[in-house]
Amino acid sequence: MINLKLTRRAMMAAAAAVVALGAPAVAEEKTLDSLHFLIPGGAGGGWDGTARGTGEALTKAGIVGTASYENMSGGGGGKAIGFMIENAESQHGTLMVNSTPIVIRSLTGVFPYNFRDLTMVAGTIGDYAAFVVGKDSPINSMGDLIAAYKANPRKTAIGGGSVPGGMDHLVAAMVMKAAGEDPTAVKYIPYDAGGMAMAALLSGEIAALSTGFSEAVDLANAGEVKIIGVTSGDRVSAYADAPTMTEQGIEAEFVNWRGFFAAPGLSDERLAVYQNTLSKMYDTPEWEAVRERNGWVNIHNSGPDFVSFLEEQEKVIGDLMSELGFR
Amino acid sequence: MLEGIMIGLSTAFTLTNLMMVIGGCLIGTFIGMLPGLGPMSIISIMIPVAITIGDPSAALILLAGVYYGAIFGGSTSSILINAPGVASTVATSFDGYPLARAGKAGKALTVAAISSFCGGSIGAILLMIFAPALATVALLFHSSEYFALMVVGLSAIAAFAGSGQVAKAMLMTVLGLIMATVGEGALFNLPRFTMGIMDLQSGFGFITLAMAMFALPEALYLVLDPSRSNNETGGEIKDLRITKAEAKSIAPVIGRQSIQGFLIGVLPGAGATIASFLGYAVERNIAPKEEQDQFGKGSVKGLAAPEAANNAACTGSFVPLLTLGIPGSGTTAILLGALIALNVNPGPRLMVDQPEIFWAVIISMYIGNLVLLVLNLPLIPYIAKVLAVPRNYLIPFILFFTMMGAYIGQNNATELLLLVGLGICATVLRFADYPLAPLLIGFILGSMLEDNFARSMQIYDGIQFIVERPMTLGLLGIAAILIVLPSYRARRARNRAKGIADGD
Repeated sequence: MINLKLTRRAMMAAAAAVVALGAPAVAEEKTLDSLHFLIPGGAGGGWDGTARGTGEALTKAGIVGTASYENMSGGGGGKAIGFMIENAESQHGTLMVNSTPIVIRSLTGVFPYNFRDLTMVAGTIGDYAAFVVGKDSPINSMGDLIAAYKANPRKTAIGGGSVPGGMDHLVAAMVMKAAGEDPTAVKYIPYDAGGMAMAALLSGEIAALSTGFSEAVDLANAGEVKIIGVTSGDRVSAYADAPTMTEQGIEAEFVNWRGFFAAPGLSDERLAVYQNTLSKMYDTPEWEAVRERNGWVNIHNSGPDFVSFLEEQEKVIGDLMSELGFR
Repeated sequence: MLEGIMIGLSTAFTLTNLMMVIGGCLIGTFIGMLPGLGPMSIISIMIPVAITIGDPSAALILLAGVYYGAIFGGSTSSILINAPGVASTVATSFDGYPLARAGKAGKALTVAAISSFCGGSIGAILLMIFAPALATVALLFHSSEYFALMVVGLSAIAAFAGSGQVAKAMLMTVLGLIMATVGEGALFNLPRFTMGIMDLQSGFGFITLAMAMFALPEALYLVLDPSRSNNETGGEIKDLRITKAEAKSIAPVIGRQSIQGFLIGVLPGAGATIASFLGYAVERNIAPKEEQDQFGKGSVKGLAAPEAANNAACTGSFVPLLTLGIPGSGTTAILLGALIALNVNPGPRLMVDQPEIFWAVIISMYIGNLVLLVLNLPLIPYIAKVLAVPRNYLIPFILFFTMMGAYIGQNNATELLLLVGLGICATVLRFADYPLAPLLIGFILGSMLEDNFARSMQIYDGIQFIVERPMTLGLLGIAAILIVLPSYRARRARNRAKGIADGD
């Protein structure tokens, strides 16, 4: 037992050290005394990192007094959404982090809820999608990939790190459809995670990989893979050698966003405070440090912009899913 | 390379860095003993601390210490209270717990510490010499080979199919495989067998199931059947030292499993859990008949094999991380995040651009290992004393930690209901003398088995991948040999006893 106490003391000392180092350099006006983040997944995931990174930047910059975090996993995020809706009255001090899958999973009917059942606060960061091939692959552009696919569709498998009907698959289908191919005929091979899918690409099991742009940049810089198409409007400065889909004649744009939602029935004043808090964050060096460290791209959509963005994404993805037979 | 080692050594051997590794090992060991907090969670807890240190080498050394400490701590709870907190120490409890029940907890912990140390050290040396070349090995396996590898891993259940138990062991394995299909698999976007319960959407949690199958029934069994424990020397600690004969018998096991485990760890789709099961299966099935019967009942070989293999595999999993920037396991994925946060970009350029970091990582892993051994060997008698606590206090303590373990990782109270429900079922099965380990093996390997099989079927448009890929066929052949070998040997022995000359 003594050992346990010692450890706890060590942990507390370590935690105290973090707090001391992270003392705010009171530069920004404080808009909120405290903010509670609800994270629909376990510690260490993408949602967790987004919420904690945002909280860190907000508190260090002095915009928010204190931030607390609660992980609530279950049902692939569905449990936390249900919690926000069922306990709306007591959760007006809470922001829940979420991302593109809330749109996709509502459409498949996996969630009984929809993003409209929550108060949409803002989209804060995002990542584009990309098509990637191995360094020794004869494919050098989307044109080459389409040609290879036309020549032998069963041997031109496209992999991804999500389930069929998940994000990576939908992006692959969206791109192939924009290129004039039948999206249902594309052979999509799912892997457990982006890393596993990348290993499969490098081992030559699949011809191309549909993945997040930021996940491919490091390997592209190292010369291990070639990024043959990005789903952004303009080339991304982090790796400007990668051509966009649009400039290769494929009209496909897609952003995997991450952002925040509040409980339903939130007052307009309170919503404005949250949106103002998040907007202020972008100009602080503390946020820049967090963003840079995680390789995130600022894609800020607040208020009505966020609503229309989500509705547009829902429509595009919904149409695609109907076509693919996923809903 | 020598130059690199020197750079690494000079970075690692400073007073602060040594303090880091010692502190990391201690924190890791003690938190790691709590079921539910594996290396993955402990490293994520420690990352903010490591980042505030600022110096990447020092931070990595701290994390390496935490990592090794956590792995060793996990083995400790597997051995002492049959509560494997992470999948890679499930195989450790197969023989470690029976040893502890027989009053040989000290010996079991010593064997585990030494095997871990050797596995980790041999792994670190292999990593040092072959890392760049091994990048190609990491990419050798396709889904079909992973499928075959899981089949080899499943052959470990043979150890629980003692006389008359074959059907029971098979039944439990199948049950485990069925339980692995609950929830949304990687290959289907619809939930299966969730009965509309949202908490089952992501399937049964590993920790919940491991606690329900191992720790809970053990604790309840001790309460419900006191006669059994009275006959045993449960509380006493004896046999701290390993005898010369035991040392001699585990040395080749450690040697083999360190290399085999390391190579399996290098594969991004396999990792420490598969390595530990494979290590157990291989050693059990190639052991001589009389030793084979000891497996699952408290064999030192059966403890040394998974311990050496899982530590070597943990080291091996750094190969794809450091050479390709691809995380091979959950833990290395978190470490990748930490590296990026420290402005280190792991990948093929790391060795060229930042050699001091590359070597500091490798050397710090080795030092972490060494410090862990030095710290823990003298502590073992005290740790083992946990079992000397009277049962009236020990059992509630175990029950509490089991519950906490299931809750802590997920923050989801439904896990507790599942834990108790499954735990009661498991206790009933335990009384009916059904082996529970095969269920857990089936569950752990099940989803990987299914995913890789289904992926191969999709890529090759049918089952012909088994013949089209020679390596797959080879691995399946090995699995067949591992399963058949023991019974073949037994038959030959019977025939010989009857005085019939060998047929071959």
